[in-house]
Amino acid sequence: MKSAVILFPGINRENDAIAALEQATGTKPTVVWHGETDLPKVDIIMVPGGFSYGDYLRCGAMAAKSPIMRAVADRAAQGATILGVCNGFQILTEAGLLPGALMRNASLKFICKNTHLRIENTSTRFTNQYGKGDVVDYPVAHHDGNYFADEDTLNRLEGEGRVVLRYCDVNGNVDPATNLNGSQRNIAGIINEAGNVLGMMPHPENAIDPLHGGIDGRGLFKSMVEAVS
Amino acid sequence: MKARVHVTLKNGVLDPQGKAVHHALQGLGFDGVNDVRQGKFIELELDGTDAAKAKAEVTEMCEKLLANTVIEDYTIELA
Repeated sequence: MKSAVILFPGINRENDAIAALEQATGTKPTVVWHGETDLPKVDIIMVPGGFSYGDYLRCGAMAAKSPIMRAVADRAAQGATILGVCNGFQILTEAGLLPGALMRNASLKFICKNTHLRIENTSTRFTNQYGKGDVVDYPVAHHDGNYFADEDTLNRLEGEGRVVLRYCDVNGNVDPATNLNGSQRNIAGIINEAGNVLGMMPHPENAIDPLHGGIDGRGLFKSMVEAVS
Repeated sequence: MKARVHVTLKNGVLDPQGKAVHHALQGLGFDGVNDVRQGKFIELELDGTDAAKAKAEVTEMCEKLLANTVIEDYTIELA
């Protein structure tokens, strides 16, 4: 099984993405620079976190227009499994591969801590290793993770089972008190209409080793591997 | 020709930064401020003198990059 990690200037989580993909697939992913126009033949593409282009203009705005993203959009249309984490989620929304936008956290603070998330849909190619309503513990580290979409879009996402992860407490309660960053309806991760592209603010790649303090993130990578093998 | 682009959050989209600025202004004693919305100002130096063409081109720039029309509105002024 082959995978690729897209690298933009200013990205800083690529090594975590590489480690998680290697652990799950058994093969080191290919790193693809943003200026490339072609992607190798791979099953999984990950757009990692960081601060591409220094977050200039808007988080992810410049990266979304870089040459490699045209190739990523083509692969998305062809059904490749694509995971965008943190800045990667912002890039995928700016590229129009996922609906909505990520705004400044309601608290205006950079939030760096572990958070609980409820798995809302277990039949996606990213969550098939989890049980319905499972609560997982992943780190977050972002300033702009406040998910926004208009009401019609939110209702469509909910109706189609495309809200995959929500911020919650340890017992899975989803309410304003457990809404980490002000996201509409506590949304932490969504998939596209075809179900092959997931964008999420939390970092599953930083919860794959006991030294991270937990291994809840392994399930997400294993799910992708199961789905494409 | 110059184009001046203002990018602001759409009505109905919460603006936490604007709120924080409003709060800070109140702290400084500026009580007469009812609301603050924060945005961006982008100035472009353009080739050519055809205003209609420039407007069309800058509109395309706004749609493609300068604004995120999911959350932002923009206005264009040519000078």
